[in-house]
Amino acid sequence: MAELARRLPIPERLLPARPVLLVLVAACIFLTVGSSISTLFAQLTVAGVASGVVFGSLGLALVLIYRATEVINFAQGEMAMACVYFAYQLMLWGLSYWAAFFSTLAIAFVFGVVIQQVVIRPVQHRSVIAVVIVTVGLFILIDGLVEWKWGANQRFMPAPFGNQVYRLGGVPVARQQIGTIVIVLVCVLALWAFFRFTKVGLGMRAGALRPEAARLVGVRTNALLAVGWGLAAVLGAVAGLMTEPSQYVLSPTLMQPVLLYAFAAAVLGGLESPGGALVGGIALGVFLNLIGQYWTFVGSVLQLPVAFAALLLVLLVKPTGLFGHRSVRKV
Amino acid sequence: MKRGLAGYVAVAACAVFFALLPFTLSDYHRGIAAQVALYLIAILGLNVLVGYTGQISIGHSAFMAIGGYTTALMSHYHHTNLVATLPLAFAITFVCGVLLGLPALRLSGVYLALATFALAVSVPQLPLKFSKFTGGSAGISANRIVGNTWLYEVAWSAAAVAFVFTWLLLRGRIGRAFRAVRDSEVAATSSGVTLAIYKTLAFGVSAALAGVAGSLFVLATNGFAQPNEFSVTLSLKILIGAAVAGLGSLWGVVIGAAFIALLPTISASAPLIGSTHGQDVVFGAFVILVMLLLPNGVAGLLLRLSRLRARA
Repeated sequence: MAELARRLPIPERLLPARPVLLVLVAACIFLTVGSSISTLFAQLTVAGVASGVVFGSLGLALVLIYRATEVINFAQGEMAMACVYFAYQLMLWGLSYWAAFFSTLAIAFVFGVVIQQVVIRPVQHRSVIAVVIVTVGLFILIDGLVEWKWGANQRFMPAPFGNQVYRLGGVPVARQQIGTIVIVLVCVLALWAFFRFTKVGLGMRAGALRPEAARLVGVRTNALLAVGWGLAAVLGAVAGLMTEPSQYVLSPTLMQPVLLYAFAAAVLGGLESPGGALVGGIALGVFLNLIGQYWTFVGSVLQLPVAFAALLLVLLVKPTGLFGHRSVRKV
Repeated sequence: MKRGLAGYVAVAACAVFFALLPFTLSDYHRGIAAQVALYLIAILGLNVLVGYTGQISIGHSAFMAIGGYTTALMSHYHHTNLVATLPLAFAITFVCGVLLGLPALRLSGVYLALATFALAVSVPQLPLKFSKFTGGSAGISANRIVGNTWLYEVAWSAAAVAFVFTWLLLRGRIGRAFRAVRDSEVAATSSGVTLAIYKTLAFGVSAALAGVAGSLFVLATNGFAQPNEFSVTLSLKILIGAAVAGLGSLWGVVIGAAFIALLPTISASAPLIGSTHGQDVVFGAFVILVMLLLPNGVAGLLLRLSRLRARA
């Protein structure tokens, strides 16, 4: 591994540019101060973080695929939704929640690999738009298949964390929110360690950044692309399984709004940066919660347009996202 | 020159075909055929932007919504003649498209996709917020319901005008500039093409055509403009249609439009799965298959066929 790393110098940029970092720190201070003044503010912030990490983890799945193939996978949310249905089916067959949870992650991995090999690989070398259309087709196809098998009716799944509510310094925090945050963070850390410390992970980073060079030194980029799709599907499945309890019901449209926010989170973070997607997701989750509560004109109807308008403003100031770097292209 | 002649003949044959078609169709089928025409206009618009200028957009459902609401509101409050609302929708969405094109100058690729996506998600929320004026989620209706024959005639006339308009626009100086922007922005700039003007122009024209399609869309749904009819799914549908038709060429648009307008109706009656879910399964599977088999859409296939004939 050291040999491979030496021959393929891969730049590692963890922190964003300084002005962005300052803005983020300022935002953190603002949230802390606000939370210490008002209980409602603190409660909204925690709930925002809990929904934000879910956006972030699905956004991370989008980033994984984008880094490897420069394509946004529109079917990511529906793949995640299908995985939640797999888990639901496993529980119907009598597995406990956590047994079903981990088997679903395994199934999701295989699911992602199969999709990449069967429908994505043949169009990969043609054009970006062709791959995008194929993922849109997958979106419709998976949606149809799930409705065909399980119906469009709402289903009920056992909750993983129960309905307990803790009080942390006077602020009510649901066990569900803590559980979501912990699980997503563990997954993200595991993924980071995988990319940082294993040979397969290094090969995938190399394949994403310098495909030709990686292939020359013996990295099997095609096989690793499939692994990338598998990992993205696993992350999506985690996001899906963590979304379901916050919605209380399972329906085929479960992940459609989440995909929207995940897309926004990934772009806000800069698309190239896994950490950026997570930070972007959390920022978006908190922003949505606070703006809906404190700006009454916005309410719940205009939440989405306002969030996207804010996102566009960020993009106009920094067209490559918070953590992105402008790449110089030779003509 | 010979290829140009073949093109005129093909267009004339199409025009005659669609002029005579209503006499053989039932009223219901005339309504569906009119839908083909409105999708054709929307696909033409998207093709100008994505296929010719290389700017992606997932926001065309928003322009369709603006066009559609223009028709419904004008007709509801001012009793404007329905046909007269089409050019009005064209003008209003042209301005909207130019306005969106301005910030879009700074964005490219996936970032532009997100910006337009944001527009597609945001615009259907606005009628919900200002529901006193726009009827909220129940929608607002035009002052009269049009028959399918009327719809067929107006939609296909509009499609013919839109096709000729796009064709004339793309074959000359402006079309060359668009393609230059698509192929290399740097090369285009250095040969004197002002990026800002042509990109915003492409956005304007593209949005304007989508707006007209949106007006017809509202007329085709019993004159009702409803926010949830203009969801992102509509944008994706048009994008699929444009990809099936073939980006960067006008010759496949009829097939692309027929694909998205007719396939859901046909596959709903597929004996295999039936019901509405089966429709999604068949539609999704077809989209993937077409992309696997015809990477450049129908237009690419036609081009390959004509090359084969030239060689033979």
